[in-house]
Amino acid sequence: MHIPDGYLSLATAGTMYAVSAPFWYLAVSRVRKVLTNRTVPVLALFAAFSFVLMMFNVPLPGGTTGHAVGGTLLAIVLGPWAAVLGISVVLGIQALFFGDGGLLTFGANCFNMAIVLPLVGYFIYKVIASNTEATSPRRLMGAVVGSYVAIVVASILTGVELGIQPTLFHAVDGTPLYAPYGLNVALPAMLIGHLLIAGPVEAVVTGGVFAYLQRSHSSLIKADAPKKKEGKLWLLWGALGLAALATPLGLLASGTAWGEWGVDELQNMGLGFIPQGLQKFAGWWPAPLPDYGFPRMGAVIGYILSALVGIAVVVFLLWMLGRWLSRKNLPKQGVPSKEESAG
Amino acid sequence: MKGEGFLTRNISSFTHTLESVISTEDLCRALGLLQGLDPRVKVATFVLFIVMVGLARSLSILAIIFVLILTLSFLSKVSLGFFLKRVLLFIPIFTAVIALPALLITPGSPLVAIAGKIIITEQGARTAGLLFLRVTDSLSFGVLLILTTPWTKILVALRWFRIPPLLVDILGMTYRYIFLLLHTANSMFLARRSRTIGSFSGGENRRWLARALTTTMAKSQHLSEEVYLAMLSRGYQGEVRVLNALSLKRRDFLWVAFALIAASILLWSNHL
Repeated sequence: MHIPDGYLSLATAGTMYAVSAPFWYLAVSRVRKVLTNRTVPVLALFAAFSFVLMMFNVPLPGGTTGHAVGGTLLAIVLGPWAAVLGISVVLGIQALFFGDGGLLTFGANCFNMAIVLPLVGYFIYKVIASNTEATSPRRLMGAVVGSYVAIVVASILTGVELGIQPTLFHAVDGTPLYAPYGLNVALPAMLIGHLLIAGPVEAVVTGGVFAYLQRSHSSLIKADAPKKKEGKLWLLWGALGLAALATPLGLLASGTAWGEWGVDELQNMGLGFIPQGLQKFAGWWPAPLPDYGFPRMGAVIGYILSALVGIAVVVFLLWMLGRWLSRKNLPKQGVPSKEESAG
Repeated sequence: MKGEGFLTRNISSFTHTLESVISTEDLCRALGLLQGLDPRVKVATFVLFIVMVGLARSLSILAIIFVLILTLSFLSKVSLGFFLKRVLLFIPIFTAVIALPALLITPGSPLVAIAGKIIITEQGARTAGLLFLRVTDSLSFGVLLILTTPWTKILVALRWFRIPPLLVDILGMTYRYIFLLLHTANSMFLARRSRTIGSFSGGENRRWLARALTTTMAKSQHLSEEVYLAMLSRGYQGEVRVLNALSLKRRDFLWVAFALIAASILLWSNHL
């Protein structure tokens, strides 16, 4: 799943760095808070461990072998944010010393394998494991399912990143400049490989190690229930970011979203006439970002920016609404600061 | 799969990794062109070069860049055979396999036609060639940087570029402990191998693997605690201090000038 340099255009690679940066920032500040001065040695040793884990050649039933990433396992043992940093460091060393993954594509590789993978895996693990004790079989199931789903999700992202290249970046005569296969080839190719081989390898390794941890080192499994709601809240933010990132996919769809036709499109659709009321209102609202695009900017960047601006506006409005509602419920006292940050 | 094959394969891949890194460290100390440059200058210019490779739009430019890389590696006392083996062995061959179907399925004007049927199109050949050369060029720059720069110097350069010190410290320590843990894992496999005379079932191997991994993980955890205490006793307060007496010399400025000129020529050629 390590994308080497040359497969992604600079615009995609740059966007992926920009998308990963806030996650890294968040991870650094959160890990520092929990581990304080222990951060460096603990993360270094566990990153070294996951490097070794990735090198293990794992036999699958049927004779094939593969390598695991171990992101979900690391997230379960160290916590999701420490896993984000640990795996990012491993990917950096792999890119520098072993040419496994490029330097420009480092942002994209980190987003797929070091950010989305552990966060998704950990989220699923937490949902399935719930508040059971460390040795519960439900936890084992959570680890297995979480690791399998997480690596498949990461492979989908990789497939999308590769698959949008020929559509968005090609020479004048149509020759693809970077990865040559469109979504119709790249996505199934990544998916099949990961559903059938890499996914099972990940599940076998995570499940095997987790089961052994339960028996002999159950202290390494943090079985305490999350005290703050925040932990899951941030995961939702992650999911939102992911959705925003996928917006350039909209560029690939032909036609207009159902129910969002413009006036001239309605005419072409064989409606024959235009509802008068519609004609009257068409164009009365000068949208600041017409057709979700900043003028004279790369379509993808424009699309993502539009998505981010849209999200920011919606989040701000909801936040105001939440603040207003919580104020209404607590009319006499000032709003406690905790509530504000949770809103 | 037979037990022995599984163990041997793991042992050989661990040993190969250890060896390939150790062989690099000698080259960093050779007295060549790139070894003499300031690490900050080298990191910055090599990133610039990789970006330029990403921007290039023609096969001939990418081919010229590869010739340039080979010249640089020759001037830096990296033997050609070693360099090519190191660069071409994995990723470009893998890329070539990936690019092969593009050669055949991309629509366009015919390049090779057999019995009136278009086999390879011009666009197909260009697509496959662009991908292969771009991947090879970018990878070569990365390999050349690592072959000619000691790891500690790269870390100093990263610090200088304002990469958060926490990350640089983790990066440096991880690299050091990777070899310890690889060595430990390798010993576990060797010990198992030396006790194995028959063969094991796949399930048996997987269970053993899980135990080996868990043991390695528990060891890392234990070690991290000990390392932390060792750091504390040496006065660690959450910050690693390093000596970084770097100074730019005349050849560094010359090199930067060369890099900028090369980059501008490449940018200009994209508009031809």
